[in-house]
Amino acid sequence: MTINTMAKGGWHREQMSCFRKMEKVIVAMQDPDMGMKMRNQRLLITVIPHAMTGRDIIAWLIHTYSICEEEALHLSGLLVRYGYIYPLKEPRSLVLRPDESPYRFQTPYFWTSTRWPASELDYAIYLAKKNIRKQGELMEYEKTRYSLLHKRINHTWDFVVMQAREQLRASKQRRKADRIVFECQEQAYWLINRPPVCLLLLYSLLHFCTILFYIILYCTLLYYTILCNALPYYTTIETCFTVFKQALGRNRVKSSICLESFVKYSEQYQNHDPIMQGSLPSNPWISDDTAYWTMNSETVPIPTRLRVERWSFSFMELLNDDMGRREFMTYLEKEFSAENLCFWQACEDIKHGESSRIIEKVEMIYKNFLAPGAARWVNIDSKTMDKTLEGIRNPHRFIMDDAQMHIYFLMKKDSYPRYLKSDLYKNMLAKAIVPQETKKSVFPFVRRQRHANPSPAQAVAQATEEDGHAKGAGQAGTKSAAGSHV
Amino acid sequence: THQMACQGLQGGETVASLKRESESLRKKLEEERKKLSDIELNQVAEKIEVLGPLSIKTRRVLKGHGNKVLCMDWCKDKRRLVSSSQDGKVIVWDAFTLNKEHGVALPCTWVMACAYAPSGCAVACGGLDNKCSVFPLSLDKNENLSAKKKSVAMHTNYVSGCTFTSSDMQILTSSGDGTCALWDVESGQLLQSFHGHTADVLSLDLAPSETGNTFVSGGCDKKANIWDMRSGQNIQSFESHESDINCVKYYPSGDAFASASDDATCRFYDLRADREVAVYQKDSVIFGASTVDFSLSGRLLFAGYNDYTINVWDVLKGTRASILFGHENRVSRVRVSPDGTALCSASWDNTLRVSWAAYL
Repeated sequence: MTINTMAKGGWHREQMSCFRKMEKVIVAMQDPDMGMKMRNQRLLITVIPHAMTGRDIIAWLIHTYSICEEEALHLSGLLVRYGYIYPLKEPRSLVLRPDESPYRFQTPYFWTSTRWPASELDYAIYLAKKNIRKQGELMEYEKTRYSLLHKRINHTWDFVVMQAREQLRASKQRRKADRIVFECQEQAYWLINRPPVCLLLLYSLLHFCTILFYIILYCTLLYYTILCNALPYYTTIETCFTVFKQALGRNRVKSSICLESFVKYSEQYQNHDPIMQGSLPSNPWISDDTAYWTMNSETVPIPTRLRVERWSFSFMELLNDDMGRREFMTYLEKEFSAENLCFWQACEDIKHGESSRIIEKVEMIYKNFLAPGAARWVNIDSKTMDKTLEGIRNPHRFIMDDAQMHIYFLMKKDSYPRYLKSDLYKNMLAKAIVPQETKKSVFPFVRRQRHANPSPAQAVAQATEEDGHAKGAGQAGTKSAAGSHV
Repeated sequence: THQMACQGLQGGETVASLKRESESLRKKLEEERKKLSDIELNQVAEKIEVLGPLSIKTRRVLKGHGNKVLCMDWCKDKRRLVSSSQDGKVIVWDAFTLNKEHGVALPCTWVMACAYAPSGCAVACGGLDNKCSVFPLSLDKNENLSAKKKSVAMHTNYVSGCTFTSSDMQILTSSGDGTCALWDVESGQLLQSFHGHTADVLSLDLAPSETGNTFVSGGCDKKANIWDMRSGQNIQSFESHESDINCVKYYPSGDAFASASDDATCRFYDLRADREVAVYQKDSVIFGASTVDFSLSGRLLFAGYNDYTINVWDVLKGTRASILFGHENRVSRVRVSPDGTALCSASWDNTLRVSWAAYL
């Protein structure tokens, strides 16, 4: 739902689907077998049938939907707010009290969804009835509205008064209990749909939207009847065809394989998820101690064990961590294949860098990595190399994609697994820290001072100054390329 | 285009027959998808332990916006965040200390999208002005951030979502004009546009995949589409929601994504199986969901709803793990911090809340 669709009647659509869901709950509550137990309630000297207490409503919701009391209060509050249940004792207080306060179900005749929108004429008749019944029973805000209506629909006022009298006469012929019930239902309906001034803001929007809805609906119908051309349907359907045909040709994987991978992933990362397993030494948001962040920062001398373990989960995890990437580079240097990682980084820089520097960067890559006799020549298969060299003549952002992917998979399949078996990695893992859990403070109410730290913008600005070069943008480029998806 | 329509119709086709053919293709696709659906997610998850009760505590309440907060995004430093609101204000906070570090007043209202740059040196935001602008974060307190504003994206309708790609140099936007677009920040040039949605696009998310070239979008046409950033092609499409999709978010491995919709459900789609594999719903959850995000391991899904609550779902078992109250109006955005230590929720009650959650 957006502000755009609100005007097109989208708000109405959204509300209607919520109403339907609430109605489902209401129907379940009135189920003869599994629904609520009703009782008769005494209201002054009259007995109101089929009423229930707030306490019973909460208990039923807790039991039926397996929810906690707070949620049951929240849900029942919604049912009252939208007029599906109304209070008998204090009709203007649209809240659900979890005590002996009596409530009744609103009859479907008076559901907001059934009688959308609440008609002005009906409201006028209702107020007229109240006025006639006991002179001066209207509340202040009702009196104001009554006189406003009188001015606005003056031409049908005879009809309004006649209808009001007729309805009052008919109701006198009912049993007193039925009459009171109907009056309660009607009053509840109008409290929802024409609330007192303080809620007016909320429901004036409702009113405004219904007017707008009808205007837009009229215009839309006009558009379709007059113009009724096939074009909108045609282009939409054509796009659908392309997508469907593509989808039909797709290779799918069996669910048993795919879904198993989610179980494995969540298990593997469970220890690394602060919500699932906590964080050592402590979660900064609870303890106000930033040690957890300091220990896991990019430039820490000795990393934590969890962090080093994570490098073994996937090649992407290793590359996404600046420290991991540096370690891997060190390893590759020992193996005399560091140019692969350098090449990959340079390609990333083109893909995600400024459009204006693409040509310059492509030239650099050619000179350093691809040209015959280049200082850091990378070993790409001849087919990819030919294609890349051909493409360099008209360099664009994705020109290095094939070559980059080739080198990436080379590192992933070959160098990465060997790195994980290497002494370099094993030593790193051995000396990695496992932080001690911080003992909870003896005085839990004493709050630590929360220290500020330099903004990343500040850190980069300082580095730029220290370097003396205007390389800030370039550094930010590589830094950000490294520090991507965590 | 009118000519095209006439040509199409001249071929003996009618709108009705095209629609029939489209329907039969759709049915065929459903059948194909079913063939490989040999098991359901909650069945696979039966062997996992049931989660116990989740403790959630609100640890920070960020007050300062004068109107509905519509969007927020975490900084990579795990403690700063940027938020935008209906009155045009964009604020950068150090959520840990509650300090407001930067503030910009945009000339438009309803700033529905904001994003923090990966380097932490800039923020992007956009909304009813149909644009997305990038502001470098100046450290000089006296400097007016608005002066350094760089207008990057230009749509023909409101901007509903924006994100930087893996560098500060490119942004991806979604718009009420039904398209998404990729832009070069420095020049403001349109690099690629993505057409295929037939109504407003409300949300997008970048894939955390190795080859890093796809993203997902969801919109008012009830569809979630996967796009190839390089070619602009719609490579996969899912349509199972019954109402507008308000938010889409990738599962951390990149093999799936979740969506939140006005139909009061959140759904989980597997990209390799090419189908919806879970629906997160409950009869007592009546109002639409506007936002979703995963916990770090992907086991939990946090969803914000229009009835002011946040429901926490067990992604694998499909059950509801917890419910969080506290906001006094719609929850417009929930985001887990980059290291998974906290959850931030932005709301129409003018506040943002940072909450801690744990299984004790």
